[in-house]
Amino acid sequence: MVSILAQAARCHLPAAGLRRISASLCALWMALGIACAEPFVPTDGEQVIERLRSSGLGSEGGELRQLRQQLNTAPMNLTLAEQYARKCIERSRSDSDPRYLGRAQAAMAPWWNASAIPANAFVIRGILKQSQHDFTNALCDLQLALTQDPRNAQAWLTRSTILTVLGDYTGARRACIPLAQLTPGLIALTAVANVACLNGDAERGCALLRNALRDNPNTAERERVWALTILAETEVRIGHSEDAQETFKKALQLDPRDVYIQCAYADLLLDLGRGREAEHLLKNSVPSDSVLLRLALAEAQQSPPPADLPMHVSMLRARFEEGHLRGDFVHQREEARFLLAIEGNAAGALKMALLNWHVQHEPADARILLESALAQRDATAALPVLAFIQSSHIEDSRLLFLTERLKRVQHP
Amino acid sequence: MNRTTINSSLPLIAIFLAVGLVLSGRYRADAHSQSTGFLNLKADHSLVQGEWHLALRDLEDAVSIDRNDDGMITWDELRLRKEAICAYALSRLHVRSEADEGRIRVVDFLVDKHADGAYAVIRFVIDGVSHQEKLRLDYGAFFEIDPKHRGLFSLQTGGRTQTGVFSPENPTQQFELNDNNNKVPSSFPAFVKEGIWHIWSGYDHMLFLLALLLPGVLRRRNGTWEPVPAAKVAVVAVLKIVTAFTVAHSITLSLSVLGIIQLPTRLIESAIAASVAIAALNNLLPFYSERGWAVAFGFGLLHGFGFANALRDLGLHQGQLATTLFGFNLGVELGQLAIVGIFLPLALSVRCLLFYPRVLVRLASAVIMLVSTTWFAERILDFKWLPF
Repeated sequence: MVSILAQAARCHLPAAGLRRISASLCALWMALGIACAEPFVPTDGEQVIERLRSSGLGSEGGELRQLRQQLNTAPMNLTLAEQYARKCIERSRSDSDPRYLGRAQAAMAPWWNASAIPANAFVIRGILKQSQHDFTNALCDLQLALTQDPRNAQAWLTRSTILTVLGDYTGARRACIPLAQLTPGLIALTAVANVACLNGDAERGCALLRNALRDNPNTAERERVWALTILAETEVRIGHSEDAQETFKKALQLDPRDVYIQCAYADLLLDLGRGREAEHLLKNSVPSDSVLLRLALAEAQQSPPPADLPMHVSMLRARFEEGHLRGDFVHQREEARFLLAIEGNAAGALKMALLNWHVQHEPADARILLESALAQRDATAALPVLAFIQSSHIEDSRLLFLTERLKRVQHP
Repeated sequence: MNRTTINSSLPLIAIFLAVGLVLSGRYRADAHSQSTGFLNLKADHSLVQGEWHLALRDLEDAVSIDRNDDGMITWDELRLRKEAICAYALSRLHVRSEADEGRIRVVDFLVDKHADGAYAVIRFVIDGVSHQEKLRLDYGAFFEIDPKHRGLFSLQTGGRTQTGVFSPENPTQQFELNDNNNKVPSSFPAFVKEGIWHIWSGYDHMLFLLALLLPGVLRRRNGTWEPVPAAKVAVVAVLKIVTAFTVAHSITLSLSVLGIIQLPTRLIESAIAASVAIAALNNLLPFYSERGWAVAFGFGLLHGFGFANALRDLGLHQGQLATTLFGFNLGVELGQLAIVGIFLPLALSVRCLLFYPRVLVRLASAVIMLVSTTWFAERILDFKWLPF
């Protein structure tokens, strides 16, 4: 695992890796210099200098701490480690803090390379690996879990979502069948619809989602939000912008803090040329990479651009540099978009988009690659994506439009 | 389907969405970044100092800061855990040269706001490794609680910056401490050069010497300074002063470097500043007049300890202690002689002008007094006002 990460880091920082690291670090120190002020000694002892968890979480922080203390005294207790890791994964989502994924990995460290552990432990390991975009090993772990326990619904669901991201819709659909048998309900239906929506059956997928939402009114908020998100994204792709806006609003009513929906909604507004609204939507959100990127794009769309634009750009630059240095490669799509739309570096964006395409095949991955190829007038680079679009029968008006324009590049 | 199966899978279903959304990478909803520490070292002629930024979110998990467990860290809570935080951090950072293990001394504890949250900032000085060829760093903070933690490192030496990334797979790295124009002195001429340089760049010794030399071409008559009639008298007086100073500081320099007498640096540095002030004051309100050489000898003993500290900072090689001592001392003398060689002819040529004793000596002495008094205050209070 570790060696895979190291390899990935290496291929991410090619040839003159060290020199590149040096340059990046220098840039990072400078960017940090801009982004943060001088260290200081607070004057007021009561001054709150850090909030450890988002408001509204109540005692959950204490629970996590208790689990960790128990785990500290019994670090080889797999049941405890699993429980703690699971809590950490949930926290990483509710707090938007990927740090907790690292904590979960630390708890699972004694079993990170083990080949004989219970199915649920394999599932946790698989989830952690996919969070690092190590999809191959994640699928391996899920397979080991399913060999041991074919009735493990979580393993089937995670497998289905990974295969969807990889663009293997046949495999994803196949994983949905046992899932639907094991846990009939909104989750299984959403997983099935998700595949259909990307695989040439968008209208039927949308109908399925609407019916499922209507027929399962008492399901958990998070499940409804997930279904609504898939629905809204599909509506965007098939050009039903008005419906999509309504759906996004419904999802945001259920969970106003959901950063993923905020960003997806902002993307739609940006495409509609409504940068000011997008800015308004994101202004008070958490300053994550994805939010910052959309915020910068929304600001750049306005004339004159708001005064915060240069600050947001330098913060983004610093974060991407930091990611490179750490050897993270989970924000390649975002970085490609940043390079193309903000830095005006089409060549760099295309390179990044190609690296990203090797890892995952979501519509947004296809889109940034086509846009970069178009800007770089390099139709050949886009060939794998064009082939994928054709074979997957994906219905996406934006991708269709880009494909047509690329054809004209080929045949002027 | 049997109910127990469904029930047993319920806790997992509870994290279904976390899975679905964390999964696709489209859910990079990180308000925060992954755990990262920033370690910045700066090495100059005689000092290696550093600044280490550690995220409070990491420290909370490592040493528990949030005392009342309300999910918020106040400055009081953080301050209360300063010792524990520094102990944790410094036990996970080892700096070694080829010969020695560096001793890390915390000098300041602050807070910084990064884009992804608040960080504790530890400022420190590393003793015992300056003027070595290479530094080996072992970094191990937070790896046990988070294998995704990375330590981003930078080392500034002169005009050069070296960088590195520490990870659990790569916790040890080696760096060049000195760039080519800042080599460790190891030969006799190098130590002579260091000695000369120490006199010329150490303003306290230079000002002390000037304070002693200013009245060297004058003598006290009826409560006022008047020029000595013959240049020869002045030269002899100055020579006596310089020789006394040299003999005295050679004694204490040797005693201190050989480890026979050791005095605390802060005490010595404060006393040296005081000696400069006293020498300057004597030019304004003479309380010792004819026995300048005796004063030079007495204070010279003090300055010798200061030279010893400077020499120790250069890194002492036990094998060549004699070369080091002699070379450095010779350098100090040469540096001194050069100052005398420039000062004496100038002073001799203007000593008969009324302007010299009435204005120049008084003005220069007053300035020297002001500066050295400030040094004294800085050194005794461990504070910094003057840029030199």
